[in-house]
Amino acid sequence: MTPANITGMAVIKGLDVIAVTDHNSCKNCPAVLAAAREYGILAIPGMEINTSEEVHAVCLFEELEAAMEFDSYVYDRLIPFPNKEEIFGRQLIYNDQDQICGTVPNLLINAADISFEGLWELVRSYGGVMFPAHVDKTANSLIANLGFIPPDSRFKTAEVKDLTKLHGLKKTDPYLEKCRIISNSDAHYLEHIHEPKLTLEVKEKSIRGVLAALAGE
Amino acid sequence: MTVEDLKGIFKVAVEGEDLTREVTGIFCCDLLSVAMGKAPSDSAWVTVMGNVNTIAVATLADVACVILAEGAQPDDMCRSRARQQGVTVLATEEPIFEAALKVHKLLHG
Repeated sequence: MTPANITGMAVIKGLDVIAVTDHNSCKNCPAVLAAAREYGILAIPGMEINTSEEVHAVCLFEELEAAMEFDSYVYDRLIPFPNKEEIFGRQLIYNDQDQICGTVPNLLINAADISFEGLWELVRSYGGVMFPAHVDKTANSLIANLGFIPPDSRFKTAEVKDLTKLHGLKKTDPYLEKCRIISNSDAHYLEHIHEPKLTLEVKEKSIRGVLAALAGE
Repeated sequence: MTVEDLKGIFKVAVEGEDLTREVTGIFCCDLLSVAMGKAPSDSAWVTVMGNVNTIAVATLADVACVILAEGAQPDDMCRSRARQQGVTVLATEEPIFEAALKVHKLLHG
């Protein structure tokens, strides 16, 4: 997966909007946004944060600059544990020519010292929107890791990997009744990028428009 | 005691490459970020986290095997990574404490 072949594949699939959300990193967002401009597709800068509770949540930002500031904030709060490439794989950074221009030294899959509690407000302060990822999974999900959705949560969207589980999830966690439910490809490989089978209705086709829909505005 | 001996008391989800490997301790933890730094090498690691990163952490910490408790099952990515890395993954319906206690009894009689 490189920024250019991710955006290229998204165009072939006929997607309107993509978001690139590496674990605990936005460092490939500048390259993806540059490639997306070339291909004429909308790309949202983002990150899949791994909170101190090891809950995975997707954070999307309106502005690339804010995303990069958030990236620094998170990186400073990661356990400073060096990546071991032979075990965890390479952590490459690409430039806008789709060439490798660096690597991230500390292991990105680790937990950041940032709690899920307050994450919504934190991401909002960077002009972004947060939603918990794959809440139906038994590992690294809000419901599995915390046991339930904290009732004082403020997020307005939740992502479910297997939509057939939604009915059961709503019964045990009524908070989800108030949420916009989405399902995304969570593609870790090029071939896992979904066909355009699910849609999100927005007021305008822009990053702002998508973020507003996900923020329940 | 070896990993082979644990096959008698737990189900085998993925058979690793070295069942003759000695198990010298037990470690219980679900947060991968904690296990990464704290799991002793050659220990049997008991957890409910059955994802791909569990195997990466198991390899990094060089534990003897992973025991998934509470009926947790390794997902597909976890299975294929375990096969690739030669990590033995065992599974049980029992809670973490009971699973660990069984290993402890085998270890210390």
